[in-house]
Amino acid sequence: MTTVWSGSALAEAIEAFAPDSVESSGGSDVWLKPESISTVCEGLKNRSEFRFDMLSSLTAVDYIDHFEVVYHLTSLPMNSSAVLKSRVGLGRSEASIASVVPIWRGADYQEREVWDLMGIRFDGHPNHKRIMLWEGFPGHPLRKDYVTYDQSIASVAPGSAGNPEIGNADGNA
Amino acid sequence: MTGPKLIDPYGTPAGADPRGALQSITLDLDRTEGAAVNRMKSTHLEPFPDPVLEVPDELRRSVIVSSVDYLLNWARKSSVFPLQSGLACCSFEMISAAMARFDLARFGMEALRASPRQADLLIVAGTLTWKMAVPLRRLYDQMAEPRWVISMGVCATSGGPYYQSYSVVPGVNHIMPVDVYVPGCPPRPDALLYGIMQLHDKIRRYSLSGQAAGQE
Repeated sequence: MTTVWSGSALAEAIEAFAPDSVESSGGSDVWLKPESISTVCEGLKNRSEFRFDMLSSLTAVDYIDHFEVVYHLTSLPMNSSAVLKSRVGLGRSEASIASVVPIWRGADYQEREVWDLMGIRFDGHPNHKRIMLWEGFPGHPLRKDYVTYDQSIASVAPGSAGNPEIGNADGNA
Repeated sequence: MTGPKLIDPYGTPAGADPRGALQSITLDLDRTEGAAVNRMKSTHLEPFPDPVLEVPDELRRSVIVSSVDYLLNWARKSSVFPLQSGLACCSFEMISAAMARFDLARFGMEALRASPRQADLLIVAGTLTWKMAVPLRRLYDQMAEPRWVISMGVCATSGGPYYQSYSVVPGVNHIMPVDVYVPGCPPRPDALLYGIMQLHDKIRRYSLSGQAAGQE
């Protein structure tokens, strides 16, 4: 059975090799400061006590006032797993975080998907562009404040008050 | 792009392009594709009218249904070659309809063509996204007339569960005129066969002197 790192134990272990990088911890999650993600991930992959050689999943959540990037890590040699999170784009500002493609190559398409649908920029990504939607698509559709501009309601132009049939993220029509 | 220096784990030569080595190869292609998609999305705002074959009564008396028409239409309806083009889950029902249990070969349709030049019928089987609409319209344009289109499933017909989605075409009739709509999610092979037989009925009623089949 795969051992799941508890948040507090993992936070302590991370602080041991990368001081001042953990924001908080709880349950099975560790919240990292976004600027320390590269250092911490490199340590988690290479250090003998972790050996997280696989990034199972990289995704993002929109919490209205900020975004959260979530990393699910698995260690095949140690048979353990861990969850890292990082808050970016506080106050809905331009969200960006360092790419982990140099560490886990499997992050490539997942980071592009997060950029495509959620609009979080991954600095240092070798091929930073949309993956599923086409170039020139307006906006990032999985954001909570995204409003679809359906063709059947052609009178609503992008940038106007909102779609009268759907309403915007605040619930105003 | 700001941030740390670009590291390319794929080993493509770095430094050639400030956007990164991979992007210098692919981004221009992506831009061309994206421009085509945006052009199609902004121009195909209204659905094409369905090609209706009903002949008004006063015309019906003056139209002579010749034996040439009859023979030609019989030949056409007995050898409708569908284009092999599955978009989503509906295509599995289409494949099933072509296989031994339901057996499209009974209607002279067993040859699913791999080339649009050899096909008479385009079965739009599945969700049509705006990104796919451009190549699908190109396939339709490459088919020789007379040509017919079946919209299979609710996704192709109206967008279905993805109606008002940011990426799905609200009905394939925005992209090309549709002859027969087959409802279902996905339609069973029998439903598709019924739709095909409705199309056969439609082909049978074409007239040389009237509107040519498959014209817009």
